[in-house]
Amino acid sequence: MANEFAIKVENVSMCFNMSKERLDSLKEYFIKLMRRQLNFTEFYALKDVSFEIPCGQVCGIVGLNGSGKSTLLKVISGILKPTVGKATTIGSISPLIELGAGFDMELTARENIFLNGAVLGYSKKMMEDKFDEIIEFAELQDFVDVVIKNFSSGMVARLGFAIATITKPDILIVDEILAVGDFLFQQKCERRIHEMMAGGTTVVIVSHSIDQIERLCQRVIWLEKGRIRMDGPVEPVCNAYKGL
Amino acid sequence: MSSPAQGVKLSEKLGSYMKYRFLLQELIGRDLKVKYRRSVLGILWSVLNPLLMMLVITAVFSHVFKFEIENFPVYYLTGSLIFNFVVEATSNSLTSILNASSLIKKVYIPKYIFPLEKCLFGFVNMLFSMIAVLMIIIILRFRISWTFLLFPIPMLYALVFAIGLSLVLSALYVYFRDLMHLYGVFTTAWMYLTPIIYPESLLENMSFIKYIYKLNPMYHLVTCFRSVVMYRQVPSLEQNLICIGISLLMLVIGLLLFRKLQDRFILHI
Ligand SMILES: Nc1ncnc2c1ncn2[C@@H]1O[C@H](COP(=O)(O)OP(=O)(O)OP(=O)(O)O)[C@@H](O)[C@H]1O
Ligand SMILES: [Mg+2]
Repeated sequence: MANEFAIKVENVSMCFNMSKERLDSLKEYFIKLMRRQLNFTEFYALKDVSFEIPCGQVCGIVGLNGSGKSTLLKVISGILKPTVGKATTIGSISPLIELGAGFDMELTARENIFLNGAVLGYSKKMMEDKFDEIIEFAELQDFVDVVIKNFSSGMVARLGFAIATITKPDILIVDEILAVGDFLFQQKCERRIHEMMAGGTTVVIVSHSIDQIERLCQRVIWLEKGRIRMDGPVEPVCNAYKGL
Repeated sequence: MSSPAQGVKLSEKLGSYMKYRFLLQELIGRDLKVKYRRSVLGILWSVLNPLLMMLVITAVFSHVFKFEIENFPVYYLTGSLIFNFVVEATSNSLTSILNASSLIKKVYIPKYIFPLEKCLFGFVNMLFSMIAVLMIIIILRFRISWTFLLFPIPMLYALVFAIGLSLVLSALYVYFRDLMHLYGVFTTAWMYLTPIIYPESLLENMSFIKYIYKLNPMYHLVTCFRSVVMYRQVPSLEQNLICIGISLLMLVIGLLLFRKLQDRFILHI
């Protein structure tokens, strides 16, 4: 294969300015500027993180709350630009950072399917072709023309998952989204992820369910306060993490 | 060495444009649907609204102030069409990045899409409002000439200008939330400084204003539009160059500023 890696993260640091009060107005800004009080506390959500994920690998990321998992996924998917370092990905990428990002609550499921498809960069023709498949997978046949604000949160998540996984991307990024939805739908989602894995998709999963990580992954990266604490095969890393 | 690299960049840009064209369409469609979902007359309001405004303004201004303007209804409608388009498009764009924050945080989308979409949405609305202009022209038996057919040209100038201004406003608004209030006051002043409800001669007779009113880009856009629709004239080369100049200048300023600020948007929304 020409490229042996699908995701390459090199010395990535992500620094946020944690201004204690947010300067949302011009007046505040100038007053602070005059008094030279514009000192932000710098906060590193990721610090010097490097790793490489080969094509087709399923990699889990674990860590306590606030350890930088979501930030790392956002850097990989190009949503956040890292302060230092760079993240390279090869191939199409489908980020499931939050399901239903880009849904408009005032629109119906039908309209949202097209809108969300457009947000994810799919073509109109493809959405028309896949429309029935999406509705069927989300099991929302009776709600096609209902305004989304009247949906339950699980229903919204189903629709989001169905749209986001309609193509087989080269890289799939999953951030704790499998926690929503009833257990039947969770199993269905896992099956779909398994199908993609079988098809050679590289997967990065963040989950607080160690069971799920152990079930799905081949490798685990453990983040602690923005640094990689451990990186390796599932069993040793998960055991160490559980031993915290 | 640099030219092939640029070639690649350009084709990449075009590719991403094609990719996001469907998104633009969908976003505009969404705005139309949300705007008119619960209203009985729906999109007809884009036609009715300027007509009703015209009736009110004509009633007030032709009886109270008695400006000497021939065909006041057409004069007002043509001026307000362009002015309202620019103000609506830019005001909607102002908040567009912030309103899309939930999206921007979770999916990678080129961020200029959002102000651009608001401008195109305003443009579609303006085309509907153009029906109102046509109706009034027919009802009043106002004489037009072939130059009328040139009306899309000044509209395009206004669109480019609006896109440039929108890029500036939407990018700055992420950092300074006061901008919304300031811009509201600014547009009110802007309306009074542009000959929409009063004749241009009024400005020419003011001591200080007469030197500066031509610095107002809106003045040129409105004048250019009126000359083809109302005065049966092809705009002069100078007029065209001025309009192209200010629109492109605004666009370039907008693009440069937006590009400089866009990577840090996400840290502030
Ligand atoms: N836009 C932002 N501005 C400032 N700080 C941020 C921003 N986004 C994230 N952070 C900080 O970065 C740190 C890591 O956040 P992140 O969301 O990556 O954690 P996480 O590992 O996903 O946690 P969880 O398990 O709760 O999902 C947190 O301390 C958070 O406060
Ligand atoms: Mg998280």
